[in-house]
Amino acid sequence: MALTYEHIQSALVNKFGEAITNWQIGVDMASFEAPKEANLKVLQFLYEESSLGFQFLTDITAVHYPDQLGKELAVVYHLHNLVENVRLRFKVFTSIEDPTIFTATQLFSSANWMERETYDFFGIQFVGHPNLKRILNVDEMEYFPLRKEFPLEDQTRIDKDDEMFGRGGSIR
Amino acid sequence: MNDHKHIILEEGNIQKQTTTLNLGPTHPATHGVFQNIVELDGERVVKAEQTVGYIHRAFEKLAERRPLYQVTPITDRLNYCSSPINNIGWHLTCEKLLGVKTPKRVDYLRVIVMELARIADHLICNSIVGVDTGAFTGFLYVFQYRELIYEIYEEICGSRLTTNIGRIGGFERDFTPAAFEKIEKFLKEYPAVLKEFEDLFNRNRIFMERTQGTGGISAERALNYGFTGPNLRAAGVDYDVRVHNPYCSYEDFDFEVPVGSTGDNYDRFLVRNGEMWQSLSIIKQAMQKLEQFKGTDADVYHADVPEYYLPEKKDVYTKMEALIWHFKIIMGEIDMPKGEVYFSVEGGNGELGYYLISDGGRTPYRLHFRRPCFIYYQAFEEIVKGSMLSDTIVTLSSLNLIAGEMDA
Repeated sequence: MALTYEHIQSALVNKFGEAITNWQIGVDMASFEAPKEANLKVLQFLYEESSLGFQFLTDITAVHYPDQLGKELAVVYHLHNLVENVRLRFKVFTSIEDPTIFTATQLFSSANWMERETYDFFGIQFVGHPNLKRILNVDEMEYFPLRKEFPLEDQTRIDKDDEMFGRGGSIR
Repeated sequence: MNDHKHIILEEGNIQKQTTTLNLGPTHPATHGVFQNIVELDGERVVKAEQTVGYIHRAFEKLAERRPLYQVTPITDRLNYCSSPINNIGWHLTCEKLLGVKTPKRVDYLRVIVMELARIADHLICNSIVGVDTGAFTGFLYVFQYRELIYEIYEEICGSRLTTNIGRIGGFERDFTPAAFEKIEKFLKEYPAVLKEFEDLFNRNRIFMERTQGTGGISAERALNYGFTGPNLRAAGVDYDVRVHNPYCSYEDFDFEVPVGSTGDNYDRFLVRNGEMWQSLSIIKQAMQKLEQFKGTDADVYHADVPEYYLPEKKDVYTKMEALIWHFKIIMGEIDMPKGEVYFSVEGGNGELGYYLISDGGRTPYRLHFRRPCFIYYQAFEEIVKGSMLSDTIVTLSSLNLIAGEMDA
């Protein structure tokens, strides 16, 4: 029997009830949200339940929505059932003041660096992570660069005198 | 000759201690800028720590300020051994978001370019495995044909390494007759070269001894570590994005997915060689399919998406409509539809995914690249623990780690 999105949805709702929200079927895959306290439970259920079997973690990343008060940061998991070839997107939202979330490293060894990357760029604290430190940026960095409060440099700025890069400076 | 003093250790005075060795960031053994700090007990690796990020260029941040067509050159610089796959993967992601349907001929042209890129990618990886085991000949020999592939790119898009090939909707121009000639030449000459390359290595006793049983990983661990591409298939899992989630009309082609069993360096090498044969067969099939198009269909090289497809320059100078679209696209004045999409293609070294979120603006709200080698490189310590240092070097090259992709 092929694994259908209806089955996944009903299995999740049976197990977690009201906690599963915003179930949508997008152009690429189905996606849903759950409270951040339940993220590991949901992942574990999807992993261990024999009829679901989402045992391949494709990707972890985060998105910053500065306008959504109390749920500014979204952590997005992409899961894949390789046997049935079904993909699933799972999101949890967290506030930017307390960006803590349970780590998925116990389930997936691959989550280790993906979570480090997510921490590096968004400052999400993965509770229980074995080695949560920056991975692509320098260790001394004091901010989380992919958050929206850090815009890229304005290409038209003129207050900066670095002729070497062809921006601003005086024209001779 | 022998007048230097030997250190003579007294009986029972030998202390067991480990040595720390830095492989990289710039080291002849690491093909790319990344560091491995290995702790050695004699010649055996007891601990390894990887440091990445030396060439991090903040692509995901940069993409948030660029219209879709300006993101393409960024994707070039991920896995720069097979840039066309990255470019076309990105175009396909945009097309998925925009709901663009491409004509079959465009799909087949893209398949040709992507498979050429796959051959170039596997070629460099496999021949480097040869170099690292001490066999330089194969490397030198096949590189002529990598050069020919680059000439084909050049004929199609004008550049060689960072190709920026194609546009949303198709290609900027039809393949020239010279491009087809070069592809035919490649199809004609390359099989003999690949055969000779295989003859040099596949049953070579030294090569087999160096690669068999080293750097192996079980299918279970490989899946848990998020392996994809040839490295996963070498461990015996037949997951290939081209088959599982066909894109770009891959479902029209008849090809096999080579798999290994032990996931060691030798299997990875064989799987890549097998894939090169399959890619050749796919290109041949695509060339045959192209001949079916007759009349105006035979000149189609892009989909009809004026909002995103940059018009041809001669039209820009002579036609009002084209001039308007050109201006709007270049100035980034096109609003994208709202939505989010994850799309993946089978890259040179695994599943290359693009997670694109649009809030209805002119640039992506967020773009994330799923870079296969960033994800599987973390398994390195587990793979090499307990093995010899020299095997570590071979493992490093046979994993096909590309620093540009790892660091994004």
